[in-house]
Amino acid sequence: MAQADAAANNLNAGTDASSPSSSHRQAGVSRASSADNVLEVTDLRKYFPILRGFFRRQVGEVKAVDEVSFHVARGETLALVGESGCGKTTTGRCVMRAIEPSGGSVLFRKRDGEEFDITTLAKQDLRSVQQYMGMIFQDPFSSLNPRLTVLEIIGEPFITRRLITKRRELEEKVAQLLRSVRLDPTYMRRYPHAFSGGQRQRIAIARALALDPDFVVADEPVSALDVSVQAQILSLLKVLQSELHLTYLFITHNLSVVEYLSDRVSVMYVGQIVELGRTESIFSRPRHPYTEALLSAVPVVETGKAGRRRERIILEGDVADPSNVPTGCTFHPRCPYVQDICREEEPQLIDLAGANGSQPHLVRCHFADDLDLQGVGNALQ
Amino acid sequence: MSQTPLLLSVDNLATHFFSQEGILEAVDGVSFDIHAGEALGIAGESGCGKSVTAQSILRIVPKNGKIVTGAINLFQNGDSVDLVQLDDRGQQIRQIRGGEIAMVFQEPMAAFSMVYTIGNQITEVIRLHQECSQNEARERAVEMLRRVGMPQPEQTIDAYPFALSGGMRQRAMIAMALSCHPALLIADEPTTAVDVTIQAQVLELMKDLQRDMGMALIVITHDLAVISELCDRVMIMYLGKDVESAPADVIFRDPKHPYTVGLLRSVPELGEGHTQELDPISGSVPSPYRRPTGCPFHPRCPEFIPDVCDVDLPPQIELAGGHRVRCHLYVQD
Ligand SMILES: Nc1ncnc2c1ncn2[C@@H]1O[C@H](COP(=O)(O)OP(=O)(O)OP(=O)(O)O)[C@@H](O)[C@H]1O
Ligand SMILES: Nc1ncnc2c1ncn2[C@@H]1O[C@H](COP(=O)(O)OP(=O)(O)OP(=O)(O)O)[C@@H](O)[C@H]1O
Ligand code: SF4
Ligand code: SF4
Ligand SMILES: [Mg+2]
Ligand SMILES: [Mg+2]
Repeated sequence: MAQADAAANNLNAGTDASSPSSSHRQAGVSRASSADNVLEVTDLRKYFPILRGFFRRQVGEVKAVDEVSFHVARGETLALVGESGCGKTTTGRCVMRAIEPSGGSVLFRKRDGEEFDITTLAKQDLRSVQQYMGMIFQDPFSSLNPRLTVLEIIGEPFITRRLITKRRELEEKVAQLLRSVRLDPTYMRRYPHAFSGGQRQRIAIARALALDPDFVVADEPVSALDVSVQAQILSLLKVLQSELHLTYLFITHNLSVVEYLSDRVSVMYVGQIVELGRTESIFSRPRHPYTEALLSAVPVVETGKAGRRRERIILEGDVADPSNVPTGCTFHPRCPYVQDICREEEPQLIDLAGANGSQPHLVRCHFADDLDLQGVGNALQ
Repeated sequence: MSQTPLLLSVDNLATHFFSQEGILEAVDGVSFDIHAGEALGIAGESGCGKSVTAQSILRIVPKNGKIVTGAINLFQNGDSVDLVQLDDRGQQIRQIRGGEIAMVFQEPMAAFSMVYTIGNQITEVIRLHQECSQNEARERAVEMLRRVGMPQPEQTIDAYPFALSGGMRQRAMIAMALSCHPALLIADEPTTAVDVTIQAQVLELMKDLQRDMGMALIVITHDLAVISELCDRVMIMYLGKDVESAPADVIFRDPKHPYTVGLLRSVPELGEGHTQELDPISGSVPSPYRRPTGCPFHPRCPEFIPDVCDVDLPPQIELAGGHRVRCHLYVQD
């Protein structure tokens, strides 16, 4: 317990001193193809076949990810948000090539500038590049093998890749990693069941960071945790980012977490990006009706501060089914601003800010320029 | 607002589980009142005893658990009955369950059987509690489905639960719970399993129904914002204890218990931007089998008073305005 307290104190101290990350924030400005980008994803697609009947004939496709393009600049956090089934996890897994994409390219650039096209690498080369990419999952209870000790779990990447062969050296390395996630190194002989959810997520983070990655995909890393522990893990991720110069692709459905953690945000709806830009600008003035509805739907604690209460937009109906995508704009059956053209013509992703030379703000809506949508935050008061 | 009549009064309820590992004090001395038409939110982290409190009221505590002390008085038509004293499989509690008091769960699949249509299941509930013909029951079911915003209720009533989307299933479950016009609806994590746009629909629906039907509501959730949207009063639980309770506008503006303060500082607030500081509570909730001595929150409490908090269980202190807190900081001597 005392150890956990110390960890929390460390964290608080760390957050105060987290200014290094602010220098990275500017990085989001750079356009695709800049040498500053860790990741450039172009037209990424993943279609899953729908199989039916005795002969498992293909009767259709789930367009889980459809022509998704984005980049992640070094040192920044890009959040992928959207509701269940919109393709966030599939995008994250395709980027790591944990599953094979159906199309598109993923360019990964190491710290030393060396570039790889993840989608075309041969298997062995892929494995050696994947060590620069870490992954953290949602569920800290099932993502750790219960039969292995913490030492074995965190040490595994070093052993399988034959990076460390001496036991003492391995123990030292694991102790150092445990300290970096504010866990007591003497815990390394214990099994996962002896830890709380928050501690297990720290172990999972230590494992993801083991090979000193440039880039980390975090898929809902706090969703399964108690509220009080979520905050500890979020602060830890923020501190580690500045200490280790990490770049994050952060997958979540929680918009408050996005606002707290990410520099830029990409909003997905049924496999496509519908809005992408700086977190502050999107949250204070969303340009896509779906983003507006998402922001408006989040319940807030009424603390009595003036001007917080907002007019709530309640969307009709359910999230669209990616195996049966609506025609035209995929959001049209639920959109409060729908017009005839939306039912027929698919809107393209256009850059609203590009024209006047400010930061890119991509929106997929026929009326992005005309609608005056409502955001959240202090700007409103 | 003038006070409506008292509907349910829970007094010093304790529900424990018994196993080889020992006695688990899942709910340990919880008290609260609900008046007709009022909405109470029960919040706290996983394992603090929220669901077991609800199970105790409906007398559906699992077999290895038992209500060991306390009273749960339900007031109806000038009469009162102590639910704790009823036979948990007797006629009287079966009439109350689904009749006066209904419940919706986190996972709608748990409320429905997969082999009957939702119409079959809703009409069965109606006929269990009300004298009416099969046709009348079906009409009421359609009406209820329409009321909860189910698209094409005349057709959907013949759908099987698995054929409905998550949001529609949630609506069907609420329709079933409300079909007998309960005086009290207990909603255990009603929106945790659904998306945020669907959550907004369900919260709006519950607000409307509560207002229109004059029904009282207990909302159980770990999400304080959901409670803030729906409830008049809030009770915060920690390790089986009701550590703080107060009117919603008071507790969110002026929380007294260090645990409540910590919970409120742990969640990033939408609209507060990139620079907001989170102030997490240190450590994590201890195992319920190793409950700390004295105040159960003391190992994590920033206000900890040595030799007091780790020794004596704090008493429940009444502050002004119906605000109650269990903490030594507020003891006056
Ligand atoms: N292996 C698979 N086979 C078939 N369909 C799949 C497979 N994996 C995902 N899908 C489908 O692809 C779509 C996108 O799924 P994905 O898991 O990426 O969503 P998500 O945004 O991560 O959702 P969540 O918030 O629920 O995690 C969904 O409709 C899902 O059912
Ligand atoms: N059937 C059972 N047998 C033994 N212990 C139980 C049983 N059901 C609940 N408990 C224990 O009782 C305590 C309170 O559980 P409860 O389900 O009320 O928590 P909760 O506040 O509803 O949590 P959550 O937010 O996770 O739903 C927990 O420690 C739990 O492990
Ligand atoms: S294109 Fe039309 S339907 Fe789609 S989001 Fe814009 S206004 Fe709504
Ligand atoms: S009684 Fe003591 S330990 Fe418990 S909450 Fe109050 S100050 Fe903290
Ligand atoms: Mg996912
Ligand atoms: Mg529960």
